[in-house]
Amino acid sequence: MKNHVLRPLWLALGLIAAVLIARHFMVPDDFGVHGDSFTYNFYRLGAVKYWEDFPAKYQGRERCGKCHDENAETIAASKHSIIQCENCHGPGVGHPKTVKQLPVNGSRELCLRCHEYLAYPSSLRSQLPGIDGNTHKPNKECRKCHDPHQPDLEG
Amino acid sequence: MSCSRRDFLKQSVAGAVAAAAVPTVCTVIFLEPGEAEAAVEGKKLRWTFLVDTEKCVGCGLCVQACKTENEIPYDAPVSRTWVERYVVTKDGETHIDSPIQGRDGYTSPEIRGEVIDPEDIEKAFFVPKLCNQCDNPPCVQVCPVGATFQTEDGVVLVDRDWCIGCGYCVMACPYGVRFFHPVTKTAEKCTFCYHRITEGKQAACVQACPFEARRMGNLGDPDDPVTKIIMTERVQVLKDEYGTKPSVFYLGLDERVR
Repeated sequence: MKNHVLRPLWLALGLIAAVLIARHFMVPDDFGVHGDSFTYNFYRLGAVKYWEDFPAKYQGRERCGKCHDENAETIAASKHSIIQCENCHGPGVGHPKTVKQLPVNGSRELCLRCHEYLAYPSSLRSQLPGIDGNTHKPNKECRKCHDPHQPDLEG
Repeated sequence: MSCSRRDFLKQSVAGAVAAAAVPTVCTVIFLEPGEAEAAVEGKKLRWTFLVDTEKCVGCGLCVQACKTENEIPYDAPVSRTWVERYVVTKDGETHIDSPIQGRDGYTSPEIRGEVIDPEDIEKAFFVPKLCNQCDNPPCVQVCPVGATFQTEDGVVLVDRDWCIGCGYCVMACPYGVRFFHPVTKTAEKCTFCYHRITEGKQAACVQACPFEARRMGNLGDPDDPVTKIIMTERVQVLKDEYGTKPSVFYLGLDERVR
């Protein structure tokens, strides 16, 4: 065959080879089908490791209670026993080693998340003890009068 | 090209056998939600999520915990999970809102700038939403680069290093749970707190919920308390008609919830 026919053919084959070589080096070794289905299980295995190693922030009330046993006992005996410490005190990651003081949220807005009365039948919300935030001591922090660890006792 | 009668018959038989084998393999993978327990037989772990809308009070502590735990910028208008409020009035109208994804809770009766008279309210409730971790995830099907996938225990994850940010998955999800992470600029979604559940911890939203409106379990274990509820009580999934086979089940869902 004539050279002008073969030349584009070699060029095309060369390009295909270049793409395949580049693909070989660029696609990670752990990329492939890991499971039953090509549609859903075609991925890089390292991505699962990435999410497994993602740092956790919330530690849970059991860990808080190991040192703050007094507060943990008080709240466990109260109606607020269902609330995790870290919901108000902030995530305990790094505490006490690197984070000395947790940023406690003592705001009125935090309490009103549950205790602003909403007249919603068929919702548990209307059964919680609630106030009208606009008329009940507006702009005053709830914890000035009420102890969030012992909500039964009124100050 | 020549083909003898003998070769033609041999190849036809081989082709027919192969074609018959394909559906046998496929049926192993997708089954009806009600048959979920049978489907996972043999697999040890299949994460599932149960939302009890009867218990949700709309405090939004789950959203706060999720955003902090998963490093979603706190003030960005995106979240992996959110809480919706539904107020149905006596004239049959449904008022729905989810201000800043319910992150700061529902601390006002005002809904979309309107205060509805309690006398006019027929029913009102809160519905937490999150990724349904579908057994048949449309978001994974559309990914052109294999950057999103389903793990062996049934959680759909995004490969942040591999995602090209095309946004197909964001459009494909019928539940609207996907968005772009404002910092990494890659597709983002609920991972069922994969880093926590694989270590034996509860997901951040599950732990933060004071009312046990959110619970997680393992569909592969018939003795799991959450699995028992899903199998024995009247649970629903969102948008069943899409055939996505969600792993998130709801108790007390209303027909108005979409």
